[in-house]
Amino acid sequence: MKKKVLALLLVVALVASLAIVFAGCDPTDEDKVVTMDNIKIGMICLHDENSTYDKNFIVAMNEAAEALGLREDQVIIVTGIPESDECYQKACELAEEGCDIVFANSFGHEDYMIKAAKKYPNVLFAHATGTKAHTENLPNFVNAFASIYEGRYMAGVAAGLKLNEMIANGEITAAQAKMGYVGAFTYAEVMSGYTSFYLGAKSVCPTVTMDVTFTGSWYDETAENNAAKSLIAGGCVLISQHADSMGAPNACEEAGVPNVSYNGSTADACEDTFIVSSRINWAPYYTYLVNSLVNGTEVAKDWTGTIATGSVVLTAIGPNAPAAGTQAKLDEVKAGLQNGTINVFDTANWTVGGQKLTSYLADVDTDAAYAKDTEAIENGVFFESKHRSAPYFDVEIDGITLLDRNYGNDAE
Amino acid sequence: MTKFKFEPIFHLAKRTDIDWKKSWGIRLAAFILSILACAVVSTLISDRSFGFFFENFFKAFNTPQKLWNFFHDTAILLIIALAVTPCFKMRFWNIGGEGQILMGALGSAVIITFMGGKYPDPATIILSLVLSLAFGIVWAVIPALFKAKWNTNETLLTLMMNYISVCIVDYFIKSEASSGTGTMSFDKGVVGPIGNNEFILKIILVAIVTIFMVVYLRYSKHGYELAVVGESEKTARYIGINTKKVIVRTLILCGAICGLIGFMLVSATNHSINTASTVAGKGFTGVLISWLGHFNPLGMLLCSFLFVFIDRGATQVSTYARLGASYPDMMTGIFFFFIVATEFFINYKILPTHHFKKKAKAEEVEEDTTETEQTEDVLAETVPTLNENVVEDTNSAVTEAEDTATPVVENTKEVE
Repeated sequence: MKKKVLALLLVVALVASLAIVFAGCDPTDEDKVVTMDNIKIGMICLHDENSTYDKNFIVAMNEAAEALGLREDQVIIVTGIPESDECYQKACELAEEGCDIVFANSFGHEDYMIKAAKKYPNVLFAHATGTKAHTENLPNFVNAFASIYEGRYMAGVAAGLKLNEMIANGEITAAQAKMGYVGAFTYAEVMSGYTSFYLGAKSVCPTVTMDVTFTGSWYDETAENNAAKSLIAGGCVLISQHADSMGAPNACEEAGVPNVSYNGSTADACEDTFIVSSRINWAPYYTYLVNSLVNGTEVAKDWTGTIATGSVVLTAIGPNAPAAGTQAKLDEVKAGLQNGTINVFDTANWTVGGQKLTSYLADVDTDAAYAKDTEAIENGVFFESKHRSAPYFDVEIDGITLLDRNYGNDAE
Repeated sequence: MTKFKFEPIFHLAKRTDIDWKKSWGIRLAAFILSILACAVVSTLISDRSFGFFFENFFKAFNTPQKLWNFFHDTAILLIIALAVTPCFKMRFWNIGGEGQILMGALGSAVIITFMGGKYPDPATIILSLVLSLAFGIVWAVIPALFKAKWNTNETLLTLMMNYISVCIVDYFIKSEASSGTGTMSFDKGVVGPIGNNEFILKIILVAIVTIFMVVYLRYSKHGYELAVVGESEKTARYIGINTKKVIVRTLILCGAICGLIGFMLVSATNHSINTASTVAGKGFTGVLISWLGHFNPLGMLLCSFLFVFIDRGATQVSTYARLGASYPDMMTGIFFFFIVATEFFINYKILPTHHFKKKAKAEEVEEDTTETEQTEDVLAETVPTLNENVVEDTNSAVTEAEDTATPVVENTKEVE
């Protein structure tokens, strides 16, 4: 017995000494003057590049780093970090490794990022999709999102044009113009996304309706594939999705049903059915963060990327599926969104229970009770991403049928 | 055995004579080899050099925060292994640690949801600990009662109860957290850091549980009784042990520790509950650690230490080489592969056939003589005594299943 203890201690001592020998301490330096040459960014991702969502963040980070001329050792990307204490620990580790900016990409990472921000006041903690920076009021914790509903709206226009073409060709009647949508969770980010997509389609194809189903997961290839198949079986003639795997696009390619994608082009895998995809380009935000730190300017608490900042983008349209004239129409709508002649959530274009909405309190300031606190409708327009960057449009409008309200675990 | 059959050139024979130095030496060598194998695999799948692996592997331990995290992760894995160990020593195959911990976590979540911020924090914390223990115990005792009363298969029952617990916790989150994202977070009524250190409390708790477990398994009457029940239920009954009582009692202990872990994860670590990331499969890794540590608390300490060492090192390499989130799992897989393979060579030796025959014959003769001896003597050999033998005997349990397949004559001394 004693010998075993001895052996154990020896091994522990051996490993520990190895660790210490190889250690080179690099504590956070309070007096560090941040320059383009020494700035260090750490990024925490929920999954890795197999998820289209995380891939979108990683690709943008690499683009931004290259454009800014950052070396490889100045960008640390950590993948597969769940929404638990592990996120906090990773954020702290990145801060200790000398990162000046720590960025996290998943909704559920927020509380842990706030905790880390309190511990490391000299490091900037930026969190995408989060909602708490404007109420938390920490000098070094910021949120960011983009007005992706505008991108979804444009993608919806492309979908509507496709439906019009199918009606004109006699493939479906105007009454059969039903789209299907595979969503992840029943909350504002997804609801705002599918509603803007629907309104885009409705702006060119007035008879369109939509069925929505939820998988309760951000990344579940089988569930997303099955959801798309059951929507197709239920009479949907065009599918879009807000979940991160290739499940839905692949189901569409197999069934020959047109698909509007998200997070990036799926044209390579689905060349016959891919219409277009909207995505948030995070590179402008990364560039903004780095430049702000290097120049010593203040970083916005709650940053909203737009079409103008290059944050909301559409991919190139697909080779075979889109209707004729899609690109020209998209350019026109984009101009309209930018000069303010088109408002996505203009209450003139949608109703709730047959009534036009004149007032709506949205839950902008996150609290434990999820209380509705801010009037979102002004001058007949629901202003999304105005009071905070993360979406808060969660109205269920006419024309969209929720087939279920499933939500489960593994939130983004 | 008059029928003619082809004899293979080599046979396996069980080792009985291997000394501790040699066996732990082999294990240590396997550990070092597994790290080398990890390095080779990493070099092959990435465009980095061989040195890159080692250079970055040890960066996982170069700041105080990382070292604390390292010790903390080791402690959590160790306590999970400790929780299921008494069950395994009793040959009660409890693979429901995951669910028992999740139920413990739920206990804390329930109390914090309804009391957090409304009542003083110490009251909330104490009550959440109590409810965690209660939930953990209930979830562990159910399969124990079924086993004791109706001799049901505990492996299936504990496994399936894991999934039930996930559903219950999901239901609770769905009905109480209206965020719709599947995570429930708490900011009041939870255990905060002690003197700015959020790890030390849990590490101390685990140390206490470890010492308790060493004493319990090795020097207490309870520990002795459960080991006897594990060795042979008939023997246990013969010497007057109430086996049903022992089964239930042991599972209460296991459930209580699982409840404590659930409490630590919700109230003292994550401050949130989510069926995917609160326990995150550690309940199953703990089972593996328990086996690899041969149910010896110190062996388990070593195993969880090495496991976390490789996991954290590999995570660091993966980050710097951009190898993706599955890479650390591959590396820990290689580690387990080596360690499990090692157990085979520690427990068996490969002998040429003619040599095996001679040895077998010799032992058969020996066998005949022991059978005529007094029953008490046989008992004395089989019933584990309150010393190292308990551990040594179970050492061979890992490969026990293979015994039937290999022509070994060791195990004929059963008191059946």
